[in-house]
Formats: sequence, structure tokens, C-alpha cells
Amino acid sequence: MARVFLSNEMLSGTGGLDVLDIDAPRVHELVAQLVARFPRLTPEMFDRLAVAIDGEIHNDADYLPLAADSEVHFVPRIAGG
Amino acid sequence: MVTEVSRIHVDTTINSEPVEFLCDGSQSLLSALRDEVGLTGTKEGCSTGDCGACSILLDGRLVPSCLVLAAEAQGRSVTTIEGIAQDGHLHPVQQQFLQHAALQCGICTPGFIVAAKALLDAIPNPTETEARYWLAGNLCRCTGYDKIIRAVMDAAAETQKATV
Amino acid sequence: MSTRHQFEYVGTRPIRHDGMDKVTGRAAFGADFSLPGMLYGAVLRSPHAHARIVSIDTTAAEALPGVKAVVTGRDIAKTNKKVYLGGEGALDLADMGDNALAHEKALYHGHAIAAVAASSLEIAQEAARLIRVDFEVLEPAMTLERALAKDAPILHPEMTTGGKPLEHMTGPTNIAARMEIKRGDVEAGFAEADLVVEHEFRTPMVHQGYIEPHATVARAGADGRIVVWTTTQAPFLVRDACAGILHLDAANIRVIPSEIGGGFGGKIPVYLEPLAIVLSKKSGRPVKMVMDRDEVFRATGPTSGCHITMKLGAKRDGTLVAASASMWYEAGAYKGSPFGAAAMCALACYNIPNFFVESHDVVLNKPKVAAYRAPGSPMATFATESLVDEIARRLKIDPIELRLKNAVASGDHAPYGPKYGPIGLKQVLEAAQAHPHWSAPLKPNQGRGVACGFWFNAGMNSSATVSVDSDGSATVVTGNPDIGGMRAAQALMVSEELGIPVERVRPVVADTDTAGYTDLTAGSRVCYATGMAVINAAEDAREQLRLRAAKVWKLEPDQVVWEHGEARSLIAGDDRQPMTLATIASTLAKTGGPIIGRASVNAPMAGPAFSANICDLEVDPDTGCSKVVRYTTVQDAGRAVHPSFVEGQMQGGASQGIGWALNEEYVFNAKGAMENAGFLDYRMPVASDLPMIDTVIVEVANPSHPYGVRGVGEVPIVPPLAAVANAMRGATGVRFGQLPMSPPRVLAELEARKEEPAVALSSGS
Repeated sequence: MARVFLSNEMLSGTGGLDVLDIDAPRVHELVAQLVARFPRLTPEMFDRLAVAIDGEIHNDADYLPLAADSEVHFVPRIAGG
Repeated sequence: MVTEVSRIHVDTTINSEPVEFLCDGSQSLLSALRDEVGLTGTKEGCSTGDCGACSILLDGRLVPSCLVLAAEAQGRSVTTIEGIAQDGHLHPVQQQFLQHAALQCGICTPGFIVAAKALLDAIPNPTETEARYWLAGNLCRCTGYDKIIRAVMDAAAETQKATV
Repeated sequence: MSTRHQFEYVGTRPIRHDGMDKVTGRAAFGADFSLPGMLYGAVLRSPHAHARIVSIDTTAAEALPGVKAVVTGRDIAKTNKKVYLGGEGALDLADMGDNALAHEKALYHGHAIAAVAASSLEIAQEAARLIRVDFEVLEPAMTLERALAKDAPILHPEMTTGGKPLEHMTGPTNIAARMEIKRGDVEAGFAEADLVVEHEFRTPMVHQGYIEPHATVARAGADGRIVVWTTTQAPFLVRDACAGILHLDAANIRVIPSEIGGGFGGKIPVYLEPLAIVLSKKSGRPVKMVMDRDEVFRATGPTSGCHITMKLGAKRDGTLVAASASMWYEAGAYKGSPFGAAAMCALACYNIPNFFVESHDVVLNKPKVAAYRAPGSPMATFATESLVDEIARRLKIDPIELRLKNAVASGDHAPYGPKYGPIGLKQVLEAAQAHPHWSAPLKPNQGRGVACGFWFNAGMNSSATVSVDSDGSATVVTGNPDIGGMRAAQALMVSEELGIPVERVRPVVADTDTAGYTDLTAGSRVCYATGMAVINAAEDAREQLRLRAAKVWKLEPDQVVWEHGEARSLIAGDDRQPMTLATIASTLAKTGGPIIGRASVNAPMAGPAFSANICDLEVDPDTGCSKVVRYTTVQDAGRAVHPSFVEGQMQGGASQGIGWALNEEYVFNAKGAMENAGFLDYRMPVASDLPMIDTVIVEVANPSHPYGVRGVGEVPIVPPLAAVANAMRGATGVRFGQLPMSPPRVLAELEARKEEPAVALSSGS
């Protein structure tokens, strides 16, 4: 079960729930489960976010695998200057 | 309404070569060097004489070419960055800039090299403070000046050794 | 991947390959480029900070002899496209396009209203003056207070507050977004604190201050092909942004980056490029546009001014137990300040069990802000590190010891969520503590300040090819404009992988037609992510060389090894001489053809960087004038590929931070026009303002990179604001929450203090 920490803009769509456990092989399936469970979460929201998997922040996380005990954080994208 | 203004013909010496060009009365020497003569090594950073990127030597004197009228070059001698290396040999300042990595983006480098050459011509053995104040008219945003000053001090030392 | 620790070339200091061009004036920057038949462009800019554009009459301008094209917002339909930069959310091209050329409203003094192309710059400027614009002048919002007031002038009537708005944030607003991060129970945390310190902080709008103004030449051909030569940090972004803004096919746009005279984030957006393209299309001629310094200040992208209130709570032994902050960042005329990064960075150095940070993105009638070196972090860190300094003073704990006590390490959670991998904050702080600067004596009127800071360091997309040439040299091609010496670093990487001297490697910065897709030069990402692609491409080339030797020798691949620049047979007792790279290269055409190694990455954001700065400041109590008399910067670079250029980043960032702390600010008049739009009165540090800047490079390898590289470009600007403010506190006894600490402000505070009961003026830490 990956432990998933949601970002700010998702909270109104999840009724305030900001941490949950999800069983998914890859980020792609994890997002699909979130969207299925919380219909107010939109694909645009996910496009705006990066995904941290066990400390590494990815801009293209969709097809990355998740381990049984992965820690996943949805965080704002940062590019810098 | 823009009216016809007759252009001024200027005969001058640039980097020891005779050069002639046409310019407008209000045109700066910086603009004439870059746009009429094609010497783009001298850079425009501000056009108000505050950044030193346009530094040249006019009759051996360090000036910001953005504040000199092109017509003032008539009959005088101009040295630009393109004329600092002699016969394919870099000036010690240029060589030390490379050794010390005293440049990052390089836009201020031509101005600094001309200004530093003028410094060493005037004060062959400057202290660090003298070098910093002489070069206070040249802005650099990338380096914090540390490696630039080290390069200039080493160029001075190298030139001193050579003349002993 | 396992990290390499032994190197033959990496870590040395060769002269950069483009060095000769740069010291002789040969290097071609943006304004140095010209084409035959070229026209010159000029921009008409708004004299009002906030106004509705009722009508524009360009007839007189178009009639002027020599004028070949005039363009206004009418010529460029708005778009709703976005460009996925990979960072900071999608870049909104409607905003970027409207910023480049206004449509309904002028939103800041200097906002582009129209552009003209003519046979000379003078005629283009004259024509711009002949354009008649009918403005309905509106009241501008020039401060956060005004922009947030109940009766605030609203910039964008359709704007709603995104992210996590509070319940009352409905209706017409200038708050583009709000976000929060939190942990634990902040009320309980403060209740258990033995000491609580709180302060308000204000930092001004400041500019990146690159010495080279923006410059572009665009040539739109009758065949629909467009070529743009421009000074930019991001050629692929220029291509995609111009395509989106102008409703063109990106496949028909080629962007060729010039050498770039500084960027620091300010040359990521497009300003002149879309205008030059449209003018070229309209006139059928190439068009050159160069900003003057006045335009650079008024109409490019400075960084946010901000207002932060912050509170920290600590136990008597120095353990930080609670933090709260409310941050308000100026976005300028369109949404998009670094308010999010600010919230994420503010507490990133410390393990604090209870915190609540909220941050807001606020629009107002100033230029649209762009990224400036670790965007958002310097200001937030100014607040945190000032308060940590206060705690150290009041608890009488050494400031570095206090930081070490609370410092994050590998396995700790960052305040924005994920765990840190191997990081070097403690090592950086210990190196600062051990440095002779920290224990050197101070003189009268001098104070010492220390501060540390954090930046994420980006990853993103990069491509590279390494081709082996028949003379045994190699060419490495990437798509990142080289602002600070990256070509030299890339050559070192290729040298290391192929085993050839760095002089035999040619590093090339290509354009959007000739380089594989590559994200911007920014985010401290090039040595890390593009470097990764370069190393992988060199490995690919090396593998092909090894296989080529095996083929020639008629051996199995696993019977041949590549070491120190040559292929060697592994057969015991084999008397075959090793085949050098030069030998294999000289016969490529006969043995199977050219060898080109290639690689592309979309690197994760991994390998954050920490920095600590020590500043000694001497303050003249009679004038309020201060001088940095000693400065030391310590930074974790992971692996310094070319140490001179790492040192250069550290020194340059420190110098920008010092300017931000002591002198730099945008000064606006009552009508919303910048009053100091030139280098005389926008006062950046000059050589006589600064001492030598001592650098210490710490190397805690980043496991996400084959050499352990961490980005180094941005974190240098993060600690200096607080380091200087803490030194000021030491020198004068005054805790400044407002920057810059310019002489008039310092003097006013010192005079005011003379009236008050004496505060012990400490002369050291």
C-alpha cells in the first residue's frame, strides 16, 4: 500500500482528506483510483503537479513503478531561474 | 517629422588602422563602432555611462563610448577590445582572465579588459583597493568581482616580472 | 546507480573552450547579430500603470516614410494554450502573450501597446511616438496593501483565487492563489515553547540585473519558415511559446540562441520574440529588436516584492518546536509569483514538528515577475534566518550550534512532504564553523552574521549526442545556452568517459532544429540533468567503440574491455596491442561507419543543495553607510565538475544577495512609474563595494547522478539576505525586517535609537 499525501488544491475535492493508502503498481493507476474515488479531482490538477516517490520528485511520474511501501507526495512543480 | 540630416564623415584610427565611417550628428561612438564599422566586441549595457560595458580607449584614455559622440573620433585614436591582443598574442590581462575563470557569461569582459589594460598602463603595480576603485565603473553581475580582481592583480605581477 | 569517486579529468580547471572568443570580443551575443535587409523595431509602451485601451490609431505611424509594419494587440488573437515547462505549473501563454503586447488593458507602466518596424531605429521610434492611444486611465494598485484592500482596483475581473482559498476569498479579487503547508499542531507547539519570536519582513521588487539587454532578430520567410536569433535561457521554450502565442506551427519555427549575457531566470519568458516575428511577417523583411536599459527595468520580469510575518518558537535548549508564517508575494500584472516555492523553502533547513505556513500570489500594477535565481527562497529564508538569529541571541546559543541542533539530514521529511535523500546541510554548517572567518576578531562598528539556505535543484528533459571524429576528437552537442561555463564542464565529462584530453573535445550549443529537445538553462539543472545526458551519450559512444574493436579483432563483445581511452583484449596471454580511440576513429569508415552516442533524460528533481554564508559588515554610524568587509560562502555541490565555475556561481549569487540586502529596490512614484530605471540609481554592487569572497565546496554525493553532481547555480543567492541582516544586527543592534538596508534607512534607525533607552550594541556574534 503506497501512502499518498495530497496537495492543497485536491483537498476541496476529497472533503479535506489529505493522506490515504492506495494499492497501485504505478502512479498512473494510483491517479486513476484517486479520480475514480473523488470525481471532483480533475486531470488538469494532476498536470500541474510533480510527484515525489520516496524522496525523488518527478515531473513525468505516470509510468513509474511504486513499491509496496512507497511514500508518494503530490507537490507543486518547481523549475527555478 | 523626420527630416533629412546630412551624415558626418569621420576619419579616425581604430586599433592602429586608419578607418573612415559615416555617422549622424547625435550618434554615439559606441553605435558607430558597432553599426558603422562592424566592431561588435564593444557592448551596450545601459547607454548612460553607468555600466562600463562600452569601455574603449580614446587617445589612450579610458572612456565609456556611449557618452562619446562618434564625430569626436575625428583625427583621434581609438582602441577597442579587438585591438588589445597584439600580433596574435593575448595581453596578460586577457590571459589571466582565462586562467582565473574571471568570466561567466562574458558580456562585461570586453569592457573589463579594456579598463584593466588602462589601469595597468596608468598604475603598473596597483593595490587591490586601487584596482577595485579603478574598475568600479565596470559592472559585472555574474562573478562578484573576486576572480576578476585576482586576474588583474596577477596580470600586474606578470607584467612587473617581465619588465624587471 | 553507484556513484563514481575517482576521476582523471572531472575536478580539474581547464580553460573554457569559448574563452578566447569571450576575451577578444569575438563572441556573438544577441545584439551582435545582423541580417541583410534588416528592419529595426521599436515598442510603444504604456505611460499609465493601469488603464483600459479604448482605441489605437496607427495611421500617422504607418504613413511615416521608412515604416514597413505596425502591430498592436488587434493583430494577435489571444490564446488559451499553455506550455508545460515542467516546472511551476504550466506557463500560461495567454498571460505571456498579453504581457508581450497588451489587448484590453495596460497593466503596468511600460506595458507594450504597439510595435513598429522601420528602416532605421530612429524612424521606428519616431513612428511609435505618432501612434495615438485613447486610454481610460484607472487607479493603479502599487502596493500589496492597496491590491488587497476591500476597494482595491481589480486587475483581472475574471480572476478567482486558486489552490486553497479561504472561505471569504470570493468575488472580484487580486489574489490569484493561496497555498498552505502544515505539520503537527502549531498552537500546541507554541504553547510548549520557552521563547517565541515574531517579526514582519518586507522585501522590495528587485531585478536580476543582467548586463546584456534582451535582443532578437526574427526572419519570417514567404514559405512560412521562421528563424529567430535571440538571447535566451530557453530556445525550445521560445519556439513553443511563440508558436502558441502567435497560433503558428512550432515545426516551422527555428530558434537559434546567441551567447547570453546573463539571465538568472529573467531570460526565460519571451518579450521581443513574438513582436519581431509578427513584424517580420507583416513587412516581409528580417526585424531586429533590442531593448534599452530603461525598458529592461520597466518591462521585463523582476522578482516579487513581498510581505512576510513569521513566528518561531523554541525550547530553552534551542530546539525549534513551532513555526508559523503568512506570506504575500507580488506577482506583478499577471498571476505567477514564486509564492509556492517560498512556502516550501522557508523551513526546509530544519526539523520543526509543528508548523503552519500560508502563502499568497497577488497581482498588482507592476511588471509581470519572472524567475530570479531560486525564486521565492531568498525572501522566505531572510525571514526564517533572521528569527533563528534572534533565538540564538536571546538564548545565548552559538548561531551555528543552534542551526546544527535543528538541521535536517538524510531521512528527515522536507516541510513540503517527501523525505530527503543524502544531503549536506550539517556538513556545510560544520565547514562554516571550522572556517577561520567564524572565529576571527571583529573591529569596532563591525558585526558578523551567519545564515543558511536551501534550493530544490530541478531535473527535467535534456538530450545530448557525442560523436567521435576521425581524428580521434569528439563533439558533444546539447541544447542549453551556456551562461556560466557549462560547455567546459560537459567537455570534462566527455573526456572522463572517453579517456581523451579535454582539449580534444568540442562542446557545442545547438539550436531547436539541431539539438534534441532540451529544457531551459535554469533551475540549477544543466550540470546535473544535461550532464547526465552527456555522460550517458558518451557511454553510448564508448560502448560502440568497444564493440567496433571487438568486431575488428573478431572477438566476442565480452572479450573486450574499454579502459583509459583504449580497447583491450581480455584473452589471457593475448599479444594484441590495445586499440586507442584515435586508432578506431581513424578507420571508422572502413569498419562500419560513423559512431554517434546519444542519450536523453527526464531527470527527477533530486539532489537539493544547502549553503551557509558568513558576513562581516562594518557600519558607519554617522552616515548609515555599510561595507561588507569579509564574506565566506560554503556550499554542498555534490561533485564539482569544474571547481572554478562552481566557485563563480557561489561568488556571483552572494554578490547579488548582498545587493538585494543593502541597496537594490524598485522605487515607484505615485503614478506607478519606476523612478530609478537605470544602473546609476538601481544600485548593484560594484568592485569597490565587495571584498574577496571566500568559497568552500563541500561534496556530499547526490546518488541520482553518476558523478554525484548537485545543481549549484541558485542556492548561492538564498542565505546572503539574512547573513547581511544578521551582521547588521550585530553591528548596530537593529533588527531590520525591511530591505534594502540602505544608508538613509540605517541612519534613520540609528538616530531613532539615540532617542530611546540604550540597547546594548554588540560588536560581534
